[in-house]
Amino acid sequence: MSLQRVWAWWIVALICYIPANTYPMLSTRMLMSTDEGTIVGGALELAQHGDYAVAIIIIVASVFIPIGKFMAVAALALGVQHGSRMSALRRQQLYEVVEYIGRWSMIDVFVVAILSSLVQLGALASIKPGTASLFFALSVIFTMLSAQSFDSRMIWDKSPDPTPEPAKAPA
Amino acid sequence: MTDLSSLIACPRCDAVYSVEEPAVGERAVCARCHTVLIAPRKRAGKQIIAIALAIVVLVIAATIFPFLSIRAAGVSHKSSILDAALAFSDSPLLVVLSLTVAAVIVFFPVLRAMLVIYVLTPLVFDRPPYPGAVRAFRLSEALRPWSMAEIFAIGCAVALVKVADLAQVAFGPAFWMFAALVVLMVIQDSFMCRYSVWKSLER
Repeated sequence: MSLQRVWAWWIVALICYIPANTYPMLSTRMLMSTDEGTIVGGALELAQHGDYAVAIIIIVASVFIPIGKFMAVAALALGVQHGSRMSALRRQQLYEVVEYIGRWSMIDVFVVAILSSLVQLGALASIKPGTASLFFALSVIFTMLSAQSFDSRMIWDKSPDPTPEPAKAPA
Repeated sequence: MTDLSSLIACPRCDAVYSVEEPAVGERAVCARCHTVLIAPRKRAGKQIIAIALAIVVLVIAATIFPFLSIRAAGVSHKSSILDAALAFSDSPLLVVLSLTVAAVIVFFPVLRAMLVIYVLTPLVFDRPPYPGAVRAFRLSEALRPWSMAEIFAIGCAVALVKVADLAQVAFGPAFWMFAALVVLMVIQDSFMCRYSVWKSLER
């Protein structure tokens, strides 16, 4: 039951992630030219200008981390359904990382919001949010819901570790 | 039949322990998955209330003041949180998004801080909890991942780097308020011992 909800949110999040990458994230208008860039397109452009550090941050934050999250949640769910070679503790730690990092993907959406409210310099330059920002936000929210629906207790249900002796661990 | 209140189940992995309350400053940790179960602190209640009040004041003030200002070729523009949240509002599809942004950076953090104040104030003064305190605390815990003021602060810094070569950008007062919020929220979370709160609510 819990896993069905995980997979349902997971699939919706994955569907939203596709338009998030194909539609433009930002449309920048400078003097005469208008420039609409997707997430990956914008990062590649930065790399061509020599801004490798920023380009790598953008690629990691909006491509590697979301895809990594999809794979991690899928791995956790499959691990519960079919058993896993990873130890229960490892999977618990993986789940905690996914839960922690999930919220930080919203940073992309916030940057779009900040840029488009800040860069309003009349005819000189202006930035408008693109359709992709909506789908990206939805994708992040649905991935968070997917991770939250996952009950981490299921990792331990079939665990061979016996319930440990009560012990007070040092701080 | 064992008394249920003398047992504690790890919220992460469901291992059940009989409670042996650690002394102030010590922590009880789940031996199987290393989740912190109980971590009482001296006068944590009052400190958390003080921090929650500071969060309410800072978020409301940070909403009004500009957080970034931009200047290029003599034209300048200042932007506040309200502007950022309303940035998405020119097309109907993006209105949903602007409401979401406003909720996670302003509404949820303030609501959570107020719920914490509501729940903890009577407990600090050794009075019976206010009506609905259990539900209020549960809601505040559910809102935890959704209050993203600290992520917004980092977003400001990223945006600054992105437009730095396009124009002159400067931090406004609200940015520093958000920077303080990041620290306050981390401290508040580390002070809060959920076990102690639930136990006082059950009395």
